Amino acid sequence: MIKFDRVSKTYLGGQQALQQVDFHIEPGEMAFLTGHSGAGKSTILKLISLMARPSVGNVLINGHNLNDIKLSQVPYIRRDIGMIFQSHQLLMDKTVFDNVALPLVIEGYSRKQIQKRVSAALDMVGLLHKIQQSPQALSGGEQQRVGIARAVVNRPPLLLADEPTGNLDPKLSMEIMRLFEDFNQAGVCVFVATHDLGLIARMKYRTLTIKQGRMIDDGLNDQNDPLSTLSDLHDPNLPPMTKLPPKYTL
Amino acid sequence: MSLLFNGRTGDNTTRRVGFFQRVFMGGINHLRQALASLGELWRSPLATFMTIGVLGLSITLPSTLYLMVKNTEKVTAGWEQAGEISLYLQSGTTEQQANQLLLAVSSMTSKIDSARLIAPDIALEEFEALSGLGDSLAYLDKNPLPYVLLITPKPQYLQPESAKRLLQELEQQSVVDFGKLDIEWLEKLYAIVSIAKDIVWIVAILLCVSVVLIIGNTIRLNILSQREEIAVMKLVGATDNFIRFPFLYTGFWYGFLGGLLAWMLVAFLLWWIQSGVENLAGLYQAEFTISGLDMQALGVILLISISLGLIGSLISVQKHIKEIEPS
Repeated sequence: MIKFDRVSKTYLGGQQALQQVDFHIEPGEMAFLTGHSGAGKSTILKLISLMARPSVGNVLINGHNLNDIKLSQVPYIRRDIGMIFQSHQLLMDKTVFDNVALPLVIEGYSRKQIQKRVSAALDMVGLLHKIQQSPQALSGGEQQRVGIARAVVNRPPLLLADEPTGNLDPKLSMEIMRLFEDFNQAGVCVFVATHDLGLIARMKYRTLTIKQGRMIDDGLNDQNDPLSTLSDLHDPNLPPMTKLPPKYTL
Repeated sequence: MSLLFNGRTGDNTTRRVGFFQRVFMGGINHLRQALASLGELWRSPLATFMTIGVLGLSITLPSTLYLMVKNTEKVTAGWEQAGEISLYLQSGTTEQQANQLLLAVSSMTSKIDSARLIAPDIALEEFEALSGLGDSLAYLDKNPLPYVLLITPKPQYLQPESAKRLLQELEQQSVVDFGKLDIEWLEKLYAIVSIAKDIVWIVAILLCVSVVLIIGNTIRLNILSQREEIAVMKLVGATDNFIRFPFLYTGFWYGFLGGLLAWMLVAFLLWWIQSGVENLAGLYQAEFTISGLDMQALGVILLISISLGLIGSLISVQKHIKEIEPS
């Protein structure tokens, strides 16, 4: 589903965010991406959502090389990817309904379809009763759930989350993660960047670890505990790991 | 439509709809966006009114000047037909010589409609009566006025160029001192009107450019104030066009409302000037109504102002919407 092929990213000014990053996430998989702040987690998500382009290497989604995507096609790519942010990126002067409906309005759905899908999405995150409120009136966890509803309202095959639980207490964080699990069970490929190692430890999913722009563990070695690998330095001269992840069915 | 996932379609495309229905729905969508933009303007009435006021005033000035020039032309157009040639004969010309010339000129029937001789005595009487200098003229020891031949050319010789050629021909005659074409002053008037027209054009162009800049800047501020919203829209897959249209409609509305205001202001100004013009026309024993502000003028003003609004917003939108990217 997501494939990074020796991807490096150098920002303007020479700051090297990623170096030779290689990984592959299978369709229908749920995976975590972890690492310290500034390690390159956000850069990886930005490369997938075409908010940035790789300096070297290829990013592929479903076999399509994103380097071949023209600027004018970027919006259509983003419609296939549900994105969730720590700062949830909601429009505070619009109602919850308008926020969640935005991706559908952009795609030109009919009024009736929009009504139906927005209600369904908000019902999934348990906020149907707040449909006409302003996001400002909601708590942090509720705002995050509105952001999730917006990300899944047009049923994208791929869900990206950048620190979705950054501002939330452990209980709320767990609720959010359960939501992601539900989507994953429905066949959506979920890729979550977080530095909340405690949360990851409680969930048994593949965990990719990045450190200073290098992938030091792509999570395919089950024996490795993500907590310990983060402190280990990965030797880039080691032969590539060959173990395949469990197959998921759609 | 999905570029990455074959077979993934939104519900909007799964149902087949006819061409006309698609066009119809597109039209409805645009109408909705246009009304939404109008509503957006309504929500900040003061700022909107100030912008529209500036636009209206900018368009009013050239429109008013243009109508004034147009009306001046209308007034002078009737005067061209009154062309007469006055031939002033040399002083000392005898009555016999003058009559001979009259005969000679009258015989040029292909070019001349009629000719009339005015003797110095009659001319002096006329002058006394018209100028009111009767008493002072009595002090002159001899009549200073020459014989004058008043010639009305045929209609085809009334145009400035051909009239001038006829004048030159007549001046060749003996005993003629010089001739005067009474459209010379008209030519001077035309020259002045044409300068006025140039000035109207210059003012119009400058103010139109300023309208474009004003609308461009207003739309730029609108875009920047919605920077976050635009970034979020791009994040969830909005195309540039989708984001662009509401701003273009805003420019359209600015142009439309500004043009409407300009039309009303011009109507008011003309109404104001009208009484003065009537007064002036009355002094010339004439009746004159300023015209030109009809439905066609409204159409032209609206067309121009809407185009300016669209151009201004287009420039801004092209430049700034591309710059805003989610980060």
